[in-house]
Amino acid sequence: MSRVRSNEITWETFSEGLWKENPVFVMLLGMCPVLAVTNSALNALAMGLATAFVLLASSTLVSLLSQYIPKQVRIATYIVIIATFVTIVDYVIQAISLDLYNSLGAFIQLIVVNCMILGRAEAYASKHRPLKSIVNALGMSAGFTIALLCLGVVREILGAGSLFGFQLFSDNFQPWVVMVLPAGGFLVLGAWLLLFDWYNQRQQERLLKENEHAN
Amino acid sequence: MPTDSLSFIFLNTVLANNFVLAMFLGLCPFLGVSGKLNTAIPMGIATLFVMLVSSISAYAVNMILVALDIEFLRLIAYIAIIASAVQLVEMTLKKYSPTLFRSLGIFLPLITTNCAILGLALFQTFYQYNFAQSVTYAFGAGIGFTLAIALMAGLREKLVLSKLPSVTQGAALSLMLGGLLSLAFMGFAGLGASH
Repeated sequence: MSRVRSNEITWETFSEGLWKENPVFVMLLGMCPVLAVTNSALNALAMGLATAFVLLASSTLVSLLSQYIPKQVRIATYIVIIATFVTIVDYVIQAISLDLYNSLGAFIQLIVVNCMILGRAEAYASKHRPLKSIVNALGMSAGFTIALLCLGVVREILGAGSLFGFQLFSDNFQPWVVMVLPAGGFLVLGAWLLLFDWYNQRQQERLLKENEHAN
Repeated sequence: MPTDSLSFIFLNTVLANNFVLAMFLGLCPFLGVSGKLNTAIPMGIATLFVMLVSSISAYAVNMILVALDIEFLRLIAYIAIIASAVQLVEMTLKKYSPTLFRSLGIFLPLITTNCAILGLALFQTFYQYNFAQSVTYAFGAGIGFTLAIALMAGLREKLVLSKLPSVTQGAALSLMLGGLLSLAFMGFAGLGASH
């Protein structure tokens, strides 16, 4: 416990969001935007960056204010902080690109109820120093964005035959349309999870075998 | 059928644009509370109830926000409404039906972070529904959510008894099931209109 609470910033602080505690593939947090906006790689990237900004900003503020927030109303306070930053992102995206804003739809505003952000505020930012929280939030956002891209890239290539809007195949390519439809989101994420489960199981079996040999 | 008639809005949200299976809202309870039918159905009904209460309050609050020209506060106001609506449902249930209150347990407060509720409030504002349309929309969304989570729970109860490869026993299986359900619901697409 003392190791967790120390203010030392290690590679682990950053990297746990990438792999060991990846918000999407391991913790299954914030699933709604993960499935809803990943029908193209560009949408996925934009959503990842928007979430990253909100996560970074709210982690910083929560961590700075953690001593002054009364315990009884902390969840409500966190939500108001998060909602404020989401409102900012909402208006900024609207100003930069109206096309992008329309294709992401209500899911930008729904970042408020992304349980990953509230979870980080409650479980990490309120208990650690600002700098450490920022590093951790960076790792988490990177993990989240990479996961969104994993889905978006697969779905766009299979469902539309393109990547970031560029056509990859000749006209003979028959797009697998269901992949950009809602059902494809479920199926592709399910397939990614299967892949990771399979990998983890193999790792564990290998460890078991090595232990047997050692004995 | 005109797209703003009440029966169209109802059918559209229950089947063609089902909140869970077509719009990806409320996935956390859909994946988390769908293990057993007798927790899934009360969860669906509680969500339906919160949806109705927060839809009505969101409609009222939006009128005030528009009248005062402070629409940029909409998101914060809606989240506050939903949190209070959940609190209200919790207190009512505790007073009038302690058994149901106990059986729902931790899932009740978690409805606050169910994005289906906030999504509902945002969409009804976005489509500029009037009062009757908003309530119908909320009712349809709640019924649709209950339908989806009950179907999922029924499927998962059956799967407990079947032999599966060990890799597929986590969330991956639930997602695959969700994908198949979503495919099935695509058959209703002709009934509705995409927004």
